[in-house]
Amino acid sequence: MSTADKTPLLTVEHLTMRFGGLVAVSDVSFTANNSEITAVIGPNGAGKTTLFNCITGFYTPTVGRLTLRHPDGKEYLLERMPGFRISKEAAVARTFQNIRLFGGMSVLENLMVAQHNKLMRASGFSIAGLLGLPTYRAADKQAVELATYWLDRVKLLEFADWEAGNLPYGAQRRLEIARAMCSEPVLLCLDEPAAGLNPRESAELAELLIFIRDQHQTGLLLIEHDMSVVMTISDHVVVLDYGRKISDGDPAFVKNDPAVIRAYLGEDEADEPAAAAGEGA
Amino acid sequence: MTAISQTRPPRLDWPAILRDAGLAALVAFLLTVPLVGFRTVDRPTGLGIELHINEVVAAIALVFLGRVGLSMIRSGVALPVLVLSLVVAVAGFFINLPTETLRVVMIGGGLVIAIRALITVMTHRSKLTQAERDRRMDRIGAKVQHASRYLAPVGILFAAAFPMLPIADRHLIDIGILLLTYVMLGWGLNIVVGLAGLLDLGYVAFYAVGAYSYALLAQYFGMSFWLCLPLAGVLAALSGVLLGFPVLRLRGDYFAIVTLGFGEIIRIILVNWYQFTGGPNGITNIPRPSFFGIADFSRTGANGLPPFHSLFGLEFSSLHRIIFLYYLILILALVVNVFTLRIRKLPLGRAWEALREDDIACTSLGIDRTKIKLAAFAIAAMFGGFAGSFFATRQGFISPESFTFIESAIILAIVVLGGMGSQMGVVVATLLVIGLPEAFRELADFRMLTFGMGMVLIMLWRPRGLLAHRDPTIVLYKNGAGAAAGEKGA
Amino acid sequence: MDYFIQQLINGLSLGAIYGLIAIGYTMVYGIIGMINFAHGEVYMIGSFIALITFLVLGVVGITWVPLALLLMLVFAMLLTSVYGWTIERIAYRPLRNSPRLAPLISAIGMSIFLQNYVQLLQGARSKPLQPIVTGSLTFFDGQVTISYVRLATIVLTLALMVGFTQLIQRTSLGRAQRACEQDKTMAALLGVNVDRVISLTFVMGAALAAVAGMMVMLIYGVIDFYIGFLAGVKAFTAAVLGGIGSLPGAMLGGVIIGLIEAFWSGYVGSEWKDVATFTILVMVLIFRPTGLLGRPEIEKV
Repeated sequence: MSTADKTPLLTVEHLTMRFGGLVAVSDVSFTANNSEITAVIGPNGAGKTTLFNCITGFYTPTVGRLTLRHPDGKEYLLERMPGFRISKEAAVARTFQNIRLFGGMSVLENLMVAQHNKLMRASGFSIAGLLGLPTYRAADKQAVELATYWLDRVKLLEFADWEAGNLPYGAQRRLEIARAMCSEPVLLCLDEPAAGLNPRESAELAELLIFIRDQHQTGLLLIEHDMSVVMTISDHVVVLDYGRKISDGDPAFVKNDPAVIRAYLGEDEADEPAAAAGEGA
Repeated sequence: MTAISQTRPPRLDWPAILRDAGLAALVAFLLTVPLVGFRTVDRPTGLGIELHINEVVAAIALVFLGRVGLSMIRSGVALPVLVLSLVVAVAGFFINLPTETLRVVMIGGGLVIAIRALITVMTHRSKLTQAERDRRMDRIGAKVQHASRYLAPVGILFAAAFPMLPIADRHLIDIGILLLTYVMLGWGLNIVVGLAGLLDLGYVAFYAVGAYSYALLAQYFGMSFWLCLPLAGVLAALSGVLLGFPVLRLRGDYFAIVTLGFGEIIRIILVNWYQFTGGPNGITNIPRPSFFGIADFSRTGANGLPPFHSLFGLEFSSLHRIIFLYYLILILALVVNVFTLRIRKLPLGRAWEALREDDIACTSLGIDRTKIKLAAFAIAAMFGGFAGSFFATRQGFISPESFTFIESAIILAIVVLGGMGSQMGVVVATLLVIGLPEAFRELADFRMLTFGMGMVLIMLWRPRGLLAHRDPTIVLYKNGAGAAAGEKGA
Repeated sequence: MDYFIQQLINGLSLGAIYGLIAIGYTMVYGIIGMINFAHGEVYMIGSFIALITFLVLGVVGITWVPLALLLMLVFAMLLTSVYGWTIERIAYRPLRNSPRLAPLISAIGMSIFLQNYVQLLQGARSKPLQPIVTGSLTFFDGQVTISYVRLATIVLTLALMVGFTQLIQRTSLGRAQRACEQDKTMAALLGVNVDRVISLTFVMGAALAAVAGMMVMLIYGVIDFYIGFLAGVKAFTAAVLGGIGSLPGAMLGGVIIGLIEAFWSGYVGSEWKDVATFTILVMVLIFRPTGLLGRPEIEKV
């Protein structure tokens, strides 16, 4: 684990999101560091996905400030940016709880779409591309190389020409992560990446996430239910309950926080030894 | 699975079949009594009414028999139904029937049942599931797509050689021009509907903008066709941006209705702005195109240009202009086609298709939905504008009547029936939708009726369109080693 | 002032008609989320059936106006509902789980079919009819006249609205209908026959559209096979304006559209009144897509 460049990447301050009378997220503040895995956990309806949707621009928060600081020092106020610019300029990528692939397109095409903005510039907003100029062809080739790299990483290389919708479930999850990484993000947000995966696939996922953190200096923010995954790989855990933050710290701290046990792990204390053993590895 | 239906002898549950058919006949009775049974007629004393009881009886009988036939097919007794329904259809041709309507209903109904029975006989299956049907059709689509690599050049060569063939007379070339105009419009609209997945019900507005741009520019400023053609495209694209900007945020059905509204607004403006557009009378005497500004197609030449035939040392023929127009629209259509084929392999085209698949995922990847949709809208509008100014110069006369909603619906039907996004599908659907009615002129009254029913039936049978099959725009394994490609090609 | 009141009355009766058609759009959209593009044609068919019933009654010899009107209403509603039912059964039900565009295309095809079906059978020329209900109330020394037909339209629409609201709120059918609007799968699990509820929705929409068709024929005394298209688009506009899915919204939207049209024709000129309607449609969809009484919809991620 590299400890060299752990600067704050995402700072969430006093985030509140109301839908009519319902307060889904209430005054939540935390920080996610560069090259770290930050997990947001909490029972169902705790406001995790709402929080995510605020960070990735699908909702505009009612109150609060979301600052993203790039490693080069540039700052972006996410709550003021329309959805697509959060990925395009602030370089925040995300996956979805109920996988959103371009099902009718091939696996490789999915990864090419992820590099849209870069390729759009290279294609001279299609004009150079329509004329078949070499500058675009070079950029296209590079894009395929990046896609191939990530396909190899997520063990989908041989499926490159498959229709994405025909992949098995676990492969679709991995493809979504590869697609997000092809947009070369500084912050990758994962909405329940382990949902529906079997234990072997979960372990592979954990490995992949650690690889992304260590080799690509990307900050990861994930929502997760699978405690074994969270406790094994997270550097930092934020716990939400009823839209409020009830705990914040490293896995060991959170696990023993009485507030968390009361709200979340209360009935499930039997799981703890297993989680602890996992963490030791 | 085929074994099951073969080993078990077909059993017909007659009481149930008859009850079901009886109910259908009752519905048919209620439907036909008011509108088929009684006809309003103009009498000197005012509106009168005529009784057409035989047609009601015939309709009920047909529905009853058809329903029984369908039930029998479903129970596995397909062959007798096939024979009988064919007999009915053929009888429709030859028997003296009281009305033409009845003839069409008889032939049409007989054929539908016959096709249904034929499919069952051929597949040994009483009912294909939607998924199976889709897979079968997809395989056909894939084959066509694959074959189009060879078919397309042959088709283009044929289209290019067509006016030179001995069979090509003025009438056939005119039909050729008509078909190519719709192919071009279909390919143009395909960008918005097929690629970007936006249901545009007002495409005819851009066709109208193109046509009126040329007609008005020629009328007021005496500008030539060759100058106006690009201008018409630009103006149509501009109107596309103008109309598109506010509405592109809307989703799905709302978008469709608003585009329909815009199409109607443009038409109403054309009708009501009498001083400028000539109102319902339209614009007449729109100048014909010259031969690229070098020569004119009239006998003596015009506008200071020499006559075409003497410039090239030919005998004068009024066909020259028609043939020229034919080639003009052929080239315009091919430009749209080449554009679409190329843009699909570019980021813009891929983004369009991604948008169709999942627009939320697009946003999460930094794609500006509005901008991308606007590009699709504007480009399709531009091609519509080109086609419009071609239409104006070919007709020499335009009026708002050529730009009604039904025209939009026809173009849309071509795109959707052909299979969204399929270039070949547009050609096939144009032949079906425009070509078939041209071939059966005597049934012109039934053209729109069958067209409407055809739209419904094709949607029921194949919601994704006839030749909907998508080839990836980029492949990693060129030899088709990719597993999916192998699975599909087989 | 008199002129104003006159236009107000005209607008209200026209609005009542749009509202009746709009209910069909809004209910269908609420329950299966599609625009029933053929609904305008259903209204047109309703008006033809009313016309034909009247002519047949004349032949049979029933000329007592109240009875004739009642029979027209009954037959128009009954037979038009059969059309509504059949359209759903043939063109929409098999497409319930298809890609979103498929049912809309099917609906457009259905609309083209029905239009040409009526044109072919009943002729393309418009059907003029001598006024059936004559007479009017006059106010302000004869400056303002309210014909009995317009009055009847407004009263009948109000009565239908009251009855219909009761039906939706009080009966088990209405409850099932509202349940299906919320969640079809769950409703089915709880024993609601979803197919039947959807069919009934189409039947009710068609019956109300038939009333609108009959009233239009009585007010204007002339119909043709093409009236469904424009009325359909306007009624849809009304449904959207009121907030699609909301019954009072559909009525409110209808009245607003009717008033705008009446005043626009009265004070500006009737040529541009359709542009006014379409402009409203576009404006509402852009600035307030949920309509006046609609619930906001959040993009599900």
